[in-house]
Amino acid sequence: MNAYVGTPTSRIDGRAKVTGAAKYAGEFSADGLLYGFVVEATIPRGRIARIDAGDALQVKGVVDVLTHAHRPPLADNDDAWKDEVAPEKGSPFRPLYDDRIRFNGQPIALVVADDWETAKFAATRVRVEYDREAFATDLESEHGKAGKLDRPHKPRGDAAAALAGAAVRHQADYVLPTEHHNPMELYATTVVRDGSGRLTVHDKTQGVQNVHKFLCSVFNKKPDDLRVVSPYVGGAFGSGLRPQYQVVLAVLAALELKRSVRVVLTRQQMYGLGYRPMTIERVALGARPDGTLDAVTHEATAVTSRYEDFSRNDTGWAEQLYKSPNSLFSHKLVDLDLSTPCDMRAPGAASGVCALECAMDELAVALKLDPIELRLKCYSDRDQSEDLPYTSKQLRECYARGAEAFGWTRRNPAPRSMRDGKELVGWGMATGVWEALQMPVAVRIVLTSNGHAEVSCAASDIGTGTYTIVAQVAADALGLPIENIDVKLADSTLPQAPVEGGSWMAASSAHAVLGAAEDIRLELARLAKAVPASPLGGVDAPDVILVDGTIAKAGDKARAVSIADAMRHGKLERIEKQKLNHFAEDKSHARNTHSAVFAEVKVDEELGVIRVTRVVSAVAAGRILNTKTGRSQIMGGVVWGIGMALHEETVMDHRFGRIMNANIAEYHIPVNADVHDIDVIFVDEPDDRINRLGVKGLGEIGIVGVPAAIANAVYHATGKRIRRFPITLDKLLD
Amino acid sequence: MSDVTHEIPERIPIHIVVNGVGHTLDLVPWTTLLDALRDHLELTGTKKGCDHGQCGACTVLIDGRRVNSCLTLAVMKDGAEITTIEGLAKDGTLHPVQQAFIDHDAFQCGYCTPGQICSAAGLLAEGRARDADEIRELMSGNLCRCGAYPNIVAAIQQAMDRP
Amino acid sequence: MNNFQYSRATDIADAIRLLTADPGAKLIAGGTNLIDLMKENVERPSRLIDISRLPLRDIEETAGGGLRIGALVPNSDLAYHPLVEQRYPLLAAAILAGASAQLRNMASVGGNLMQRTRCAYFYDTATPCNKREPGSGCSAIDGLNRNHAILGTSASCIATNPSDMSVALVALGALVHIAGPSGQRAIALIDFHRLPEDKPHVDTNLGTGEIIAAVELPKHGFARNYSYLKIRDRLSYAFALVSVAAALELDGNAISEARLALGGVAHKPWRSLEAEAALRGRAATPDHFSRAADLLLQGATSRAHNRFKIELARRAIVRTLIQAAGATPQSQAHKKIA
Repeated sequence: MNAYVGTPTSRIDGRAKVTGAAKYAGEFSADGLLYGFVVEATIPRGRIARIDAGDALQVKGVVDVLTHAHRPPLADNDDAWKDEVAPEKGSPFRPLYDDRIRFNGQPIALVVADDWETAKFAATRVRVEYDREAFATDLESEHGKAGKLDRPHKPRGDAAAALAGAAVRHQADYVLPTEHHNPMELYATTVVRDGSGRLTVHDKTQGVQNVHKFLCSVFNKKPDDLRVVSPYVGGAFGSGLRPQYQVVLAVLAALELKRSVRVVLTRQQMYGLGYRPMTIERVALGARPDGTLDAVTHEATAVTSRYEDFSRNDTGWAEQLYKSPNSLFSHKLVDLDLSTPCDMRAPGAASGVCALECAMDELAVALKLDPIELRLKCYSDRDQSEDLPYTSKQLRECYARGAEAFGWTRRNPAPRSMRDGKELVGWGMATGVWEALQMPVAVRIVLTSNGHAEVSCAASDIGTGTYTIVAQVAADALGLPIENIDVKLADSTLPQAPVEGGSWMAASSAHAVLGAAEDIRLELARLAKAVPASPLGGVDAPDVILVDGTIAKAGDKARAVSIADAMRHGKLERIEKQKLNHFAEDKSHARNTHSAVFAEVKVDEELGVIRVTRVVSAVAAGRILNTKTGRSQIMGGVVWGIGMALHEETVMDHRFGRIMNANIAEYHIPVNADVHDIDVIFVDEPDDRINRLGVKGLGEIGIVGVPAAIANAVYHATGKRIRRFPITLDKLLD
Repeated sequence: MSDVTHEIPERIPIHIVVNGVGHTLDLVPWTTLLDALRDHLELTGTKKGCDHGQCGACTVLIDGRRVNSCLTLAVMKDGAEITTIEGLAKDGTLHPVQQAFIDHDAFQCGYCTPGQICSAAGLLAEGRARDADEIRELMSGNLCRCGAYPNIVAAIQQAMDRP
Repeated sequence: MNNFQYSRATDIADAIRLLTADPGAKLIAGGTNLIDLMKENVERPSRLIDISRLPLRDIEETAGGGLRIGALVPNSDLAYHPLVEQRYPLLAAAILAGASAQLRNMASVGGNLMQRTRCAYFYDTATPCNKREPGSGCSAIDGLNRNHAILGTSASCIATNPSDMSVALVALGALVHIAGPSGQRAIALIDFHRLPEDKPHVDTNLGTGEIIAAVELPKHGFARNYSYLKIRDRLSYAFALVSVAAALELDGNAISEARLALGGVAHKPWRSLEAEAALRGRAATPDHFSRAADLLLQGATSRAHNRFKIELARRAIVRTLIQAAGATPQSQAHKKIA
């Protein structure tokens, strides 16, 4: 039955990607295409006193310069600007809406010209004068102004008292800096306007229907007036969950000028959009001498903008993961003159679990316990926050398999005890955890009598492998070779899908495919039984399977009718079925993925240079639909974790409220030389409760725990505990 | 001062051979080879990831050498022979590096991939990389945000072994 | 980019003539730094003079046994040239520590000498910078200066020179051959780059209308005892926090000749004859290396965020000298520091 599911199937979009045939948002063309270039604010807060496009308009080839004072109408109420992932509280940013400057790098004009270079040149000719206002961009100096978020949370016991009375206590602040996604593709939109004025919006987004609905409400358009497509997305990692401002500007220009328009941001301009917010994580743990926890508290203070309250679940992992009778959690926000943060790979968990797992390591040191042993002491088979059992949780197995593969038992627990020549060797570990979410997704399958099927859905493939797993599940369910499956994704006119994020798309889309395929099977069974002298006469529909391009009796493949014959006799050229996935409501179980991450670092004792020489990530995430692309997902998460631990930090000069490394030469992401052996282990985790296939999703779990495992390894190597990330070598020299 | 004028510089005719096909283009000198390929020749396989020589997504081969097309003015390459990702496969057969990238899942989103593959083709021609560390170092000018590096190294090793 | 004119120089004299005729003109060869800065509107030349086709691509031995390297030789060709690999491996190592394979294929020797600082304020036209806009002020002195200079700074600029190649060339005692309106001249590379003083917008001592024609290496290449160690925030494709070029001539364990230069710490590659003199005639021991480091770092000062660079440089100098003395030069591919 499963010729493809669970196998290392190569990406079905691989050929398009290795030949350059795959087209991304900024690569679609149109007759008379115009190019827009964004002019950004260079102050963090104030008003535009004057904006003069006169000189820019004199440049030959410039068609128009749009500003807040010169633009077509935009919606004037917050609801219209709220996309499906907008924060509940606040007023979403409206580009070119008014004269107010809310953050440095805010778009304040769009120069539109016949070609990109001319637009970029003319943009330097737009003169802007500001009325400047006092501003604040520094979380640490504004820490005292943090406002507490009202979050559903049930404190357990009396954490303060338990901490005060604990035999062993550890409390510390962990500081996680602002980070930017920096997908390789620049944020881009090409709006192609047809003769009747309808717009096809090629947008770099993780959710075409989210953008479609947003554009309709912002521009007061009917659904048929525009279509949003995004067949290939050059990385996103959360940056494309909310509509990016360039899509608004591109549509704005297309409507104003009645032309096709492309707007591509520069790498520098991308730093004016969303980011992982800087967070100060205060974790306190109290334990008994044997390592059982008495108290856990976690208080996160994070950055948000002045116009929206963005927050993610930083503290919930501490609440859920370890057994503790007393606990207290809170999340605070500091409003600053910055753009609103947004989701970035494992939002909340990448940072929150980093703090928790560093703290656990510090507690293990204080207790003189092996870090794995401490985690096993506090291990819980129930979600501690809701007191619910899990649909499955093979974290214990992750610890065991990961430790074995890594060789953990050979670890000398004393810091600075392991060496390789001039390098100190450190071994660290951490736990990872993420949610196993599933969302409503519909899939349409069109089966033609030649045994080919087109499977379509509005979901995006942002590099995660959605095309391939959809094809695998469809091929197995329809009994067809994968070459016969054509997958169409990321078109707002296709069956419904939410944004691709949160690791929910694999389970969600796979089960929608199963649902539609089931309807196809029933239809084919009916047709096959109606064939004259059908070998399936008397076989009940539930006993009919689709296999090898035929409709056959389960357990007796010889009793079969070919799809072609069945459809010919039924006089059908095509069978089309569309189905919304359905997951049984189950509020009695928690759904999570887990991992155990082991990292080896080698640190030059004198110079502080850190090399991550080995990482083992043992993951429990239910059934893995594709072991090849799944392994890549985890590996990519590990690379992100290396960056988070050692390299990544958006640096701001708070005197100017400007980001000073808005590029990818000085905002360091790992390069090839930074990455060595990464061993990905998928722990067997059967789960017949979560969904039919037992699928949980892999997009986020790969990063969670990695920064902490590396930080813990650095401590083990050097005896230095660095709590301010990233761990750059200067911090080890002090 | 040039700053106060609004004139667009004069176009200059150039002839370049891209993937074996000759093209005559009239270009404003500020046009980079990358923009010439993408906007003027619609060869969008070569990617723009930073436009500043910081990511390698724009890597093409000029007269057989790998370079960043984003920092190359097209007018300076008048007469050059350029190979882009679209020109690597021959008669429908993938270049060994292209096939190896598929085999080893050496990409996810695919955006850095054309640059990685052109860079790897250049690396093989240079003949300077003998082991995994040398491949890593000499491929470090190609950023991959999806983090496919170990698979990229494995793919290049396959292409080195089976040219 | 701004609206510049483009000219292709037919020969060196033509380039000099074009350059002299238009004070806003700039030469372009590899373009890796200039195009980057033009896209940032930091550089706004009125004219680009394309010298990439001039016949300055030869690497030839000089009568004195040295090597004359044409200004247009690509960095990678230089690093991989057999004579450089055999006789000047320190230079090859420094070049291969910089940038990426692609950029090294493009960048010329002359252009590498002309590359400008990576100071973030220099790049950001919305902030004051004396190097970019003379008299506007230095944002780095009281701002983000983690990777700024610790030596030779002035009250108007604390930017660093980002070149790796120049550090090795300075250590090797290279000469720069310059062609200009009034003929040819040659100066020591150590005198080619300037300290910022009160004119940080001037990086070099190149005069109006002058062109780098070649770089000349003296005979002595220190091919046995050398090392180039670059310390940076990731393991490749990043600018140096500190880099050290060290070269020794050993007689047994006694140092008969020493060369030592630092990158990433000043407005120019930093070399101290005093430090080298202190090594000469001494045994190649960590103690003596340490003393040389002290001398090389004499007068080092730090601002709010770059204090660590002084200690880092000190340790890196000692380490690089140990590598050089042991004939175990740092590999640029294998990242473990020997």
